Amino acid sequence: MKTKKRNMWALFWAIVALLYFFVPLYGTLDFSLRMERGRLSLMAYQVVLSDPQFLASFQYSATMGLITILVSVLIFLPTIYWMYLRVPEARPLMEIITILPFIIPVIVFAFGLIRTFSGPPLQLTLTPFKTDILITIGYVIISMPYMYRAIDAGMRTIDVRSLTEAAQSLGSNWFQILYSVIFPNLRFAILSGSLIVFATVIGELILGDFLVRPALGPYMVQVGRDTAYQPAAMAMLSWGLTWICLGIIQFFGRGVNSQEIVSR
Amino acid sequence: MSETIANPVSTQVIRRTRSSSSLRNWIGVLPFLLFIAIFLVLPSISLFVGAFQDHLGHFTLANITVFLRDTYVLKSYSISLTVSLITSLLGGVMGFFIAYAITVGNAPKWMRSIILSFSGLAANFGGVPLAFAFIATLGHTGFLTAIFRGICFPAAGGAQTCPFDLYQNGFNLYSVAGLTLTYLYFQFPLMVLTITPALQGLKKEWLEASQNLGGSSYHYWWHVALPILWPSILGSSILLFASAFGAYATAEALTGGSIYLVTILIGQEIRGDVLGNPNEGYALALGMILIMAVCIIGYTILHRQTTRWLKS
Repeated sequence: MKTKKRNMWALFWAIVALLYFFVPLYGTLDFSLRMERGRLSLMAYQVVLSDPQFLASFQYSATMGLITILVSVLIFLPTIYWMYLRVPEARPLMEIITILPFIIPVIVFAFGLIRTFSGPPLQLTLTPFKTDILITIGYVIISMPYMYRAIDAGMRTIDVRSLTEAAQSLGSNWFQILYSVIFPNLRFAILSGSLIVFATVIGELILGDFLVRPALGPYMVQVGRDTAYQPAAMAMLSWGLTWICLGIIQFFGRGVNSQEIVSR
Repeated sequence: MSETIANPVSTQVIRRTRSSSSLRNWIGVLPFLLFIAIFLVLPSISLFVGAFQDHLGHFTLANITVFLRDTYVLKSYSISLTVSLITSLLGGVMGFFIAYAITVGNAPKWMRSIILSFSGLAANFGGVPLAFAFIATLGHTGFLTAIFRGICFPAAGGAQTCPFDLYQNGFNLYSVAGLTLTYLYFQFPLMVLTITPALQGLKKEWLEASQNLGGSSYHYWWHVALPILWPSILGSSILLFASAFGAYATAEALTGGSIYLVTILIGQEIRGDVLGNPNEGYALALGMILIMAVCIIGYTILHRQTTRWLKS
C-alpha cells in the first residue's frame, strides 16, 4: 500500500516533467507549421531559410564559431598540456579562472570589453575587422568553461608524462608532441568541447548585438519583433541544432560535462 | 600507445623535469594567464574603477548611492532578485521532486531516460529560441492559448463563457509571471541534472536502518535524507538563482526589454546611457558581479560538503 502510494507521487512528477518538456516543443512545432491559413505547411521554414539575411547571419555566426574553436584549441591545448606536465599546482587557479565567465554575466563582460577596448590605444571597435577580433576574443572567453573542462577531462584519461617522454626520446620537439601525440589522443574530447563552443557562439546574442556585428542572435531578435511564424520555425531549427550537437557528444560519450551550453 | 609507455629513458627525463625550478615551469601557462589578464580581468577592473570615479576621473563614492536614490535601479534590482528567487525556488522544488521520481521514486524506466536526456537538452535551451518557443505556445495566439480559449460552455441568455481564456483572465506572457514560466523551462532541468547524483548517493542502508528503528517514511525524509541532502539542495538552488540573475537574451527576446531586469537596464545603459551618467552604469554592473560572486562562493562551500559525503 505504502509503496504504491509513493509510486503515484513519483509518477505525478514524472508526468509534470514530460508535459513541461513537450507541450512548448509541440506548441512551437504546431505554430511553425501554420503560416499558410487553414492548412499545415513548411512555409515558415521556407521563408526563413530563403531569407538572404538569415543565410548571411548564419554564415557569419558559423564562421565565427569555427574561428573561436580554432583559437580556443590553440590556447587551451598547450596550456592544459603544460599544466599536466609541469605545473599541476596551477590547477586550482585555472579552475577558478575558467569558471569566471559563469560569475560575470555576459552583459557585464560585454560592458567591460566595450569600455576598455573601444577607446585608444587599441580602438578595437573602429573597423569591422578589428571588432571581429574583439568578438572572437569575447566568444573564446564566454565559452572557456566548456572547452577547458572538455580538454581537461580528456587529458585526465591519458598518461601525459609517459607520452611526452616517449616522444622526446624519439626526438620530437614540442610542436610535434602536441600535434602528433597529444592531439590525436584527445580528438573526441576536443570534438565535444568544439561542439559546445559552436552551439554557444551560434546562439549568442549579447556580444553580436552590442558590438554591432551581423550575428545570428541579433537577427533572430529582429525577426521575432517583426514576424509571427518565422520565430517559431527558427526556434525549432535551433532545437534541432542543439539536439544534433548534444547527440554527437553523447554518441562519442567521452565524459564531458555538458550542463549548460547556450548563454542566456 | 602501450609500447610508448614502457620506456627506459623515462626515469631520466623525469629527474631532469623535476630538478628545474618550479617558478620556471609557469612559463607554459603564462600566455593564457596574460590573455585572461588583458581580456577578462582588465575589463572587470575597468568597470570596478569606473564605479568609483566621477566624470573627471576623481575618486568618489557618489555612484554607489545610485542604489539608494535611482528608482529605476532599485526597481530593476528588485525585479531581477524577485524573478531569480521565485524561479530558483519553484524550479528547485519541481526539479527536486522530478529527480526524486526518476531515482528513489521508481518512475517507469522509459520516463526516466527521457527525462534525463531532455533535462540535458532543456538546461541548454536558453536564449532567444526559448522565448520564441513560449511565444508560440502561450503568446496571444499561441498553441495552448488557443486550446484554452476554445473550451467554452453555454451560459445564460444564449451567450458563452470561456472560463479558460488566459488573456481574459489576466494572464500575460510578456510579464514577470510569463518570464517566470519561461525561465522554469531551463531552471527545473538544471535542478534535475545537479541534484540527481546526490539522490543516487542516498544509501539503501540508511533507509533500512531508519525502518528497523521503527521510523516512518516521514521520519526517514525529515531526519535522515533531508539533513544529508540539504547542502546539495541549497547549492543547486544557488546555481539556479545565479543562472536566472545573469540571464539577458530570453527576457530581451520575450518582452523586448519592457521588463526592467538589471541585465536589461545595463543593456540600455550600454546602448545609450539611460542613467545619464556612465559611471553609475559601472556601479550597476559592479553590483551584479558582487551578487554573482557571493552566489558562487556559497555554491563552492556547499558543493565541497556534498562531495565529502558522496565520496564516503
